[in-house]
Parts: sequence; C-alpha cells; structure tokens
Amino acid sequence: MRGIITVIGKDKVGILAQISGICAEYGVNVVEVTQSILQDMFCMIMLIDIDNATIPFTEFSERTKKMGEEHSLVVHVMHEDIFNSMHRI
Amino acid sequence: MINTRDILETINMIQEENLDIRTITMGISLLDCADSDIDKSCDRIYDKICRKAENLVKTGEDIEKEYGIPIINKRISVTPIAMVSAASGGNPVKYAKILDKAAKEVGVNFLGGYSALVQKGFAVGDERLIRSIPEALAVTDRICSSVNIGSTKSGINMDAVRLMGEVVKQSAELTKDKGLVGPSKLVVFCNAPDDNPFMAGAFHGAGEPDCVINVGVSGPGVVRTAVSKIPNADITEVADTVKKTAFKITRMGQLVAKEASKRLGVPFGIVDLSLAPTPAVGDSVAHILEEMGLECCGACGTTACLALLNDAVKKGGVMASSHVGGLSGAFIPVSEDAGMIDAARKQVLSIEKLEAMTAVCSVGLDMIAIPGDTPSEVIAAIIADEAAIGMVNSKTTAVRVIPAIGKKDGEEIEFGGLFGVSPIMKVSTSSPAKFISRGGRIPAPLQSLKN
Repeated sequence: MRGIITVIGKDKVGILAQISGICAEYGVNVVEVTQSILQDMFCMIMLIDIDNATIPFTEFSERTKKMGEEHSLVVHVMHEDIFNSMHRI
Repeated sequence: MINTRDILETINMIQEENLDIRTITMGISLLDCADSDIDKSCDRIYDKICRKAENLVKTGEDIEKEYGIPIINKRISVTPIAMVSAASGGNPVKYAKILDKAAKEVGVNFLGGYSALVQKGFAVGDERLIRSIPEALAVTDRICSSVNIGSTKSGINMDAVRLMGEVVKQSAELTKDKGLVGPSKLVVFCNAPDDNPFMAGAFHGAGEPDCVINVGVSGPGVVRTAVSKIPNADITEVADTVKKTAFKITRMGQLVAKEASKRLGVPFGIVDLSLAPTPAVGDSVAHILEEMGLECCGACGTTACLALLNDAVKKGGVMASSHVGGLSGAFIPVSEDAGMIDAARKQVLSIEKLEAMTAVCSVGLDMIAIPGDTPSEVIAAIIADEAAIGMVNSKTTAVRVIPAIGKKDGEEIEFGGLFGVSPIMKVSTSSPAKFISRGGRIPAPLQSLKN
C-alpha cells in the first residue's frame, strides 16, 4: 500500500531530514519526493511505500502529524487511493 | 506520481472547504426478529444490531484516519418498526427503548427506522406506532422517526396527514423542555426512499438486503469555492463547474463506501449524492446560490439557481459512483444552514419561497421553526401541500417543522450542534380545518398528459 505525505510550512533547515528520518525509523520507504519553495513557504509532497512498515499506517500517520505540529508544520499523511479516485477516472 | 496541484486541491477541500463524508449508515433488516412475543422480538433486535454493527464505528474511524477524510457520523437504519410491531402487538415504545439501548451500545449517534409506511392506508400496528411517536421520541435520545404518507403511485393518505399534524404538535409539546428534540427527529415523507442514509428520515426498506452500507457525502463549501473562482462566467460554465466538483466529491464517497463495505463484510448499497449543509461557516447551500449571483437566498431567481445546482450535482455524481440512491440532491434545512438562517432573519426567505424551492430540490420543508400556537390542522395542511408537490413531480418531499412551543414568529430558537439556530417563520393562519377533517385519500396522479 502506498501513501502520500504532504508538508506545508515556513521554510527552515532540516524539514526533509526530519520527515525522511521518521520514515526510516518505522521502515517506510520513500518512493518519490517533489518540493517547492514559494517565497518562504515550504511545500513538499512525498510518495511512500508502507508495505514493510513496522507500525500500522494510522499510527504512523498520527506520529508524523504530531512531529509536524511540534515543528510548526502542517503535515498530512493519507492513503494514495483518495487522490487516485478523486482525480483519475 | 499524481499531480502536485491535484494533491493540494484535495487537501484544501478537506482543510479549508469542509469536505467530508457526512455519514456511513448501516441498514439492518429486522424482519427476521419479529415474534409474537414482544420481549423476544426486542431481545432479537438488540442482539442483531449489536452483532451486525459491532465494528461500524471503529471501521469508520479507521478509514477516517487512513484516508485523511473526516467521516462525521456513523449511523444505523432499520426496517420500519411498524412492520415488526405488527407481529408482536404491545406498546411500540418498548421497541424505541431497545433500539436506543442498542444504538448506545454500538456507539452510533442516531438510529432511524421508528417508522411506518401508510401511503395507501393503515395496516395492523401502523396507527398504534404513529400515535406512540411523540412518547418514543421524548423518552429516547438517539431514535429518529419517519412516516411516509403519500406516493406518486398511491396518492396521499389524508387520514395519515391529519394524524401527523397532531403527532408533530404533540411531539413538540412533550419535548418543549428538552430543546424541542422530538419534532427535529421526525420526518413526514411523500415518496420516501428505501435506502436513504441521512437522518432523520433514514429507514431500511422492505426490498433491501439483510444488511447494507450506504454512504452520504457532503460538500457545499467545495462547490461554493469552485463557483467563486469563476465570477464572470456564464451560467453554462457554472453548471459545468458544479458537475465537475460534484464528481470529485462523489468519488470520495464511493471510495469510502467500497472500503467500509469490504472491511465490514457487508454489501455496498448506494452513495447518496447530497449537498448537506451544516451551521458551520462555509458549509452552506444558500451561499452557493448567492455565489451564483443572488443578493440573498430567497430572492427572485432562487428557485432557478437551486434547480441548476440540484441537477448539476446529480449529473456530476452519477458518473462517479456505481450505485446512486437515497435522497441525492441539495438539502435546504433552514436551521442547519448559515446562509438560510441569515436570509430568514432578513425575512427575504419565507416559508412560501421554501415550498417553491422544494419542487426542484431534494427533500422539502426541513428544520423550519414555526410559531408554537400553530394549530395541528395547519401543520397537517403544510404536510399535504408538500406531499402534493412530491406526488405530482414523482420526487421525494418531506416536512420536518418544529412548532416552537411558547414562541411567536420573529423570535428564535436554538437547537445546538448540527441542528443549528432557527428564526421562527411566519405561517398563514387562515384555517384549512374543514379540508383536513374530511380525511380519505387524494387519488394518485395521472402519469401522462403532463403539463
């Protein structure tokens, strides 16, 4: 199963490292990353594979979101299917 | 990978525009629970609901977390209790209490189906159940009730209409100290759908499978934002935009419905393509109409805008889901829609205009507070008018009016939560008493020679 992480917030050092760090910690594989910086807003989208994750997806999602909040970032971790079903016929 | 813009659009819809799945409703048939002994019947009902819906709330919460889409309500609809109580006899309130207990046990916030279908006449148990509705709604917390009093194929049962006028009034009187919750959980239908997932009118029709999952989507805020992005477009483009948006919203509903059905091992029934507003800012159907170019909902042009909206939502949604059903359309509950509340306060929106609007959208006169001294025959006549619109136009219409005991028009009542606030609307006091007292049936309308 694949999921998508989106991170939005003020740009600062180490965002990518933090998010990919938490992925590595729980055995989540990062498949693809795109990121852009508009003025000083950071926006990153990460496609992840959670087949070999060490914790359930919902728990991973909560921990990642919580970590985002601690660093003033808005983080969403969602199942890939929601985007596929909405934007592809 | 999916387009970045698409991903951000979805997240924005959920975060900023209140997109949500309004309800996952499990329909459960209770036909096999009926017994000639009412206590046995009740025990079987309790067991069956607890068994079938044991994981409903948890599954809903899991899907919510995994997919990141809020699922506001998890609910249950059951076979109209009049059918079950016909077999057992006895006081039907006993069923209401056991259903309430089962709803609390499995953790759903509403359970619908304290209902009777009497469009052509009363069968055994129907009248007894209808007369028990005010008490049943007063002594329970989570039970919703509905009565179907007319249909395009059978006409309108005017004896039932008269009775429902009295029941609505009594229901308000019995719950006047409990925030008038009675009438806010009671819907009188014409052409009631068997698979409606939305409360208070949900019940599990007799032709439905043993257990089924129906999903109701929502998203007035998303539609409004989409329309606001094309301020100078012509109305064709507005309709196309609504269609595209409805498609996206419904795909989400279809996904959740399929997933819930798979996880619970229960067949998928339908997705109800409705725009269901809430009192939250940015979640209003009236604001969509205003975005189309009306100064205020209720102005001349409202019916035309609503007709366009309702039709475009269905056209967009139908392709997005494999099975569509329920009420499917735009809801116009006054107290639950911030824009409607404002329009009613300004007296731009009247009950007469709302009646006209119900001819082109789903449901009907919904969550409208009327003066507490409105006679029961006037309420019955409101029901008859609304049912006539549904009967002639082959569509569902309903009435959920709240007689605000002890208050007059111009005042306001607050229901709290999803039910919102409602200014009390003026109702014509000219008496229809003689018409209502006649009873009998309005014959079913002709289905040809349509003009």
